[in-house]
Amino acid sequence: MSERVGMEIALAAAETVALCRPDVIAAYPITPNTHIPEHLSDIVAEGRLDADFICVESEHSALSACCGASGAGARAFTATSSQGLLYMAEVVPIVSAMRLPVVMIIGNRALSGPINIWNDHSDIMSQRDVGWISMFAANGQEVVDMTVQSFKIAEHRDVMLPVNLNLDGFQLTHVVEPMLFPSQEEVDAFLPEYEPYAAVHPDNIVSMGTLALPEIFNEVMKAKDEVLKDSKKVILEVWKEWEEKFGRTYKPVESYRTEGAEILLLAIGSMAETAEVAIDELRDRGMPVGLLKLRLWRPFPFEEIRNAVKGVKAMAVLDRAVSFGGPGGPVFSEVRSALYDEKVRPTIISEIIGLGGRDVPVGDFIKIAEKAARVAKTGPEEEYEIFGVRGS
Amino acid sequence: MIEIRWHGRGGQGAVTSVEMLALAAIEEGQYAQGFPSFGPERRGAPVAAFNRVDTKHINVRSGVYDPDVVVVLDPSLVGLINVTEGLKQSGVLVVNTSKSPEEIKEEVHFDGAVAAVDASRIAWDELGVPITNTTMLGAVIKATGLVKLQSAKSPLEHRFGRVAQKNIKAMERAYNELKIATAN
Amino acid sequence: MEKAKKWPEDWQEIIPGCMVFRPGSAREYHTGSWRAQRPVYDNSKCIKCGMCYIFCPEGCISQDADGYFIADLDYCKGCGICAHECWPGAITMVEEG
Repeated sequence: MSERVGMEIALAAAETVALCRPDVIAAYPITPNTHIPEHLSDIVAEGRLDADFICVESEHSALSACCGASGAGARAFTATSSQGLLYMAEVVPIVSAMRLPVVMIIGNRALSGPINIWNDHSDIMSQRDVGWISMFAANGQEVVDMTVQSFKIAEHRDVMLPVNLNLDGFQLTHVVEPMLFPSQEEVDAFLPEYEPYAAVHPDNIVSMGTLALPEIFNEVMKAKDEVLKDSKKVILEVWKEWEEKFGRTYKPVESYRTEGAEILLLAIGSMAETAEVAIDELRDRGMPVGLLKLRLWRPFPFEEIRNAVKGVKAMAVLDRAVSFGGPGGPVFSEVRSALYDEKVRPTIISEIIGLGGRDVPVGDFIKIAEKAARVAKTGPEEEYEIFGVRGS
Repeated sequence: MIEIRWHGRGGQGAVTSVEMLALAAIEEGQYAQGFPSFGPERRGAPVAAFNRVDTKHINVRSGVYDPDVVVVLDPSLVGLINVTEGLKQSGVLVVNTSKSPEEIKEEVHFDGAVAAVDASRIAWDELGVPITNTTMLGAVIKATGLVKLQSAKSPLEHRFGRVAQKNIKAMERAYNELKIATAN
Repeated sequence: MEKAKKWPEDWQEIIPGCMVFRPGSAREYHTGSWRAQRPVYDNSKCIKCGMCYIFCPEGCISQDADGYFIADLDYCKGCGICAHECWPGAITMVEEG
């Protein structure tokens, strides 16, 4: 029976990971993510979780240790943010290439420099092309639910891919709020013991982490791409099962008040929740505006995005990261690319907000929606906008 | 939805205050958020922490700009920073001070309600340390009626273990000794 | 042992993670065909110290029943390190015919 508990979301993430019975946790602390590995180390030390907690000296070692542990057949977990993710970046594409179902929680934080410990998405957006399944949580309950889901999705025999679950640093990690926690029995029933496809062991004949010559590499990459795309089937199945067991729905793209909407905002992460308040206010004023909340980032939900924008005149895609000198925010450029071949498609603008933890109040979402309504008639005013910069 | 801003100095337990209040509301079946001013904490420096309380899921995740309640844990902060910034006229300022609420009202030029209690003295008496966060919890509960005093007991017991009863006593004293100057 | 296909034909045949389940497949690759010269042992000078065995980067030198050493010519690449390290001078590198 699920228990309603008030807790800091980072601690809740750690408690939920513990419910998933990982065998090996190798992690290095970094603000704002620290409470996750720290609390897990407490849980292991208290004897509440039978796991090996490896106190590594860096994030590079953290993911390497998880990679090795997973290769040996262990359920492995790590967590990081920002520069920590970059430090382990060398290992990130290797874990997916090796088809090892490591789960990683990322407390999204701005990349340095200058040094900034606050929330934005530049860390995960630097790791778009690595072959991991990538999902975003918008509130504490989603962090709890999606942590359990991540292990199940990753370990499914048709998937066998690592998963990263993203939650906004500080905006989510450091907030105390109520969440429903599944019981250990419920998690055990949902998430069975990990049965690895292969495990390195003296009794087992297997080599992992091999070399591939040019003659075979294209085929290997094609195989990697196909399995990531196909994983969507399993993700939807797992979400269906979650809904049946726990009554909470998860979709690749969630809609908020989009019926009859001519203007849309599209947001990813916890800013999507604040945007809902703006939508409510604008709807009260009679503006036909709605919100799309992107939950599944990789594999990219092409179909759901294309369906969601039917009949829409303009859409503002909100990003919390900028690709300097490039074609706008990462989510924007991917969404626009996904819609390019549609015969009828909305005017799409890129609004980059909240960099480095800059607060984005409800009023800013309202201004952006009003701008989208304006450009529906006049067309985009620039390639992309970093919203709210003083001196513009 | 009610929004609260707490002012304290790093190390005075403002973050614990917002957690305790959030947990008390959650105990009652309400929805709440409790979060610090995000960033590295530094002992002695003025810091802020925040609560939101509502009867339904709270989806706003930006900062608190126009709180309904402002709580000041350290008397020296009044005058040092503008504690009433953004505070709604219909709201209430709750201050740890040895002065009367009328004097504080005068000092900060606030037309709304002001509540005052000498939480520092209560904390010294009951806890032997000048940490006023749990004491002021009682003041906030009395001034706002957001949660029942009873609902704060269990979070305090979980958090403070052996010293929980002392903290509960301090909270109850502030609840009973709070003086309020009503709005103009 | 049956020799495996050099490459799987199609991307669908790639084993997940490019894992290799056949042990010791490197043995099929006779790198001995690469060499330009080969080591020749004069056992009258050999003191059975084992330095050639330790230094061989290919690991293809083994000890026979009498305690003398011999390079496996299926794998020996003719690098000459064994001859260089053999201080009694028992090994000479000879051009491949």
